[in-house]
Amino acid sequence: MRIPCPYCGARDASEFAYLGDATLTRPDPAAPDADEAFHAYVYLRDNPAGAHSEWWYHSAGCRRWVKVARDTTSHAIAGAELAGGAR
Amino acid sequence: MRYSFLSVLKNGFTGQSGWKPAWRDAAPKPAYDVIIVGGGGHGLATAFYLASEHGIRNIAVLEKGHIGSGNAGRNTTIIRSNYLLPGNEPFYEWSMKLWEGLEQALNYNAMVSQRGILNLYHSDAQRDAYARRGNAMRLAGADSELLDREGVRAMYPFLDFDNARFPIQGGLAQRRGGTARHDAVVWGYARAADQLGVDIVQNCEVTGFLTEGDAIVGVETSRGPIRAGKVGLAVAGSSSRVAQQAGLRLPMESHVLQAFVSEGLKPLVDGVITFGAGHFYISQSDKGGLVFGGDIDGYNSYAQRGNLPVVEDVAESGMALMPRIGRLRLLRMWGGIMDMSMDGSPIIDRTPRPGLYLNSGWCYGGFKATPASGWCFAHLLATDTPHATGTAFKLDRFRTGHLIDEKGVGAQPNLH
Repeated sequence: MRIPCPYCGARDASEFAYLGDATLTRPDPAAPDADEAFHAYVYLRDNPAGAHSEWWYHSAGCRRWVKVARDTTSHAIAGAELAGGAR
Repeated sequence: MRYSFLSVLKNGFTGQSGWKPAWRDAAPKPAYDVIIVGGGGHGLATAFYLASEHGIRNIAVLEKGHIGSGNAGRNTTIIRSNYLLPGNEPFYEWSMKLWEGLEQALNYNAMVSQRGILNLYHSDAQRDAYARRGNAMRLAGADSELLDREGVRAMYPFLDFDNARFPIQGGLAQRRGGTARHDAVVWGYARAADQLGVDIVQNCEVTGFLTEGDAIVGVETSRGPIRAGKVGLAVAGSSSRVAQQAGLRLPMESHVLQAFVSEGLKPLVDGVITFGAGHFYISQSDKGGLVFGGDIDGYNSYAQRGNLPVVEDVAESGMALMPRIGRLRLLRMWGGIMDMSMDGSPIIDRTPRPGLYLNSGWCYGGFKATPASGWCFAHLLATDTPHATGTAFKLDRFRTGHLIDEKGVGAQPNLH
């Protein structure tokens, strides 16, 4: 599997470290339902079979976080963008 | 038909004409007391123990393909009970005890072979950790033995003891551990459950749930709706997908794990050996092939096939452990979908939906757990209370903080 790093180009997946689901957003710790929201944020996952948006860290390359759109049933990669957009 | 020496002899004299199919390929009835979704080892074991231990006979096991075609047919067949934490070890030791009596209970040759498992250590710190683990095992009634370097050398003289980076200092042995024939475990449970009246329904995919208010009262399937008093899910890597049809989000990710078999050899490895400085485990099947594997690939996947970096990692670990396998050719490799839970330990519990029960989160250790998983899930389904050895496997432990994290790496499934 090769990941199209927007900065480095297509690189072998072994250069990257995987974090997981990129659709999660860190909840507001001051919100009244923070307990519930953090439980869901830390532990619960959609875990879809099909299109998945996920974080990879290019640790052996540009050391940027890359958001990759990948199909979990075929491993086909539809696209990738840098976290926080291009700089 | 009961299998025995006499039945083998009799069929030998009659041209093997007396054998019957080991189980019925049942068509679904409109309703059951209990439906088990998933015809793998865990689902079939659950059905068998529900029928044999709890007297519930009106049961269906629904399988989307053919039984044993998922992870039950894809694992590396290792059985052991060498866990550390109090939530895990009594459960796995109970599983070990069930393995020891399995063939008699099922009247089926599952080729349970207690050839021993040896976990190698390569540093003082790892030796201390294994001493602690061995003591924890003994406290739970399991056997363990801490070996020094010479003790390991007496068992496996061909290992690379003086490897420059990872010299072998010794190992933790569990002599009651070993292997079993994975397919035969599935077939044995299927046959024994079938004889107690359980319907094994193949090519029957669950596509949704029948509900009354909040409660689950049956399933929609590719072969029509089926009502049930209780529905139990034992679908491993598909847990999130099936649970999502009931509106549940699980603390789980599905990952791919690869396994490998070499060409056939004369007897070389008579037990199970695990490398302590990487993730690598190896045994030899009765057909002669070396069966081995390593880490999961580490990214979400439902593809049942992996990628080459892990193949390379497994090969490197194997070479560091026993260089003599370097010229062996690989015969086959494959992947299975692991239900990686957020703390690396399983879930056997009720769900927030009344009537729906969950057996999941086996990560890549589900095969050894098959008997006790079935035993505990059957106990839960029959009595609505967890079995004594499975009280820690709660679905809400992530909410309450009672995690069972053997590796201590946190909520990152690809690290467990």
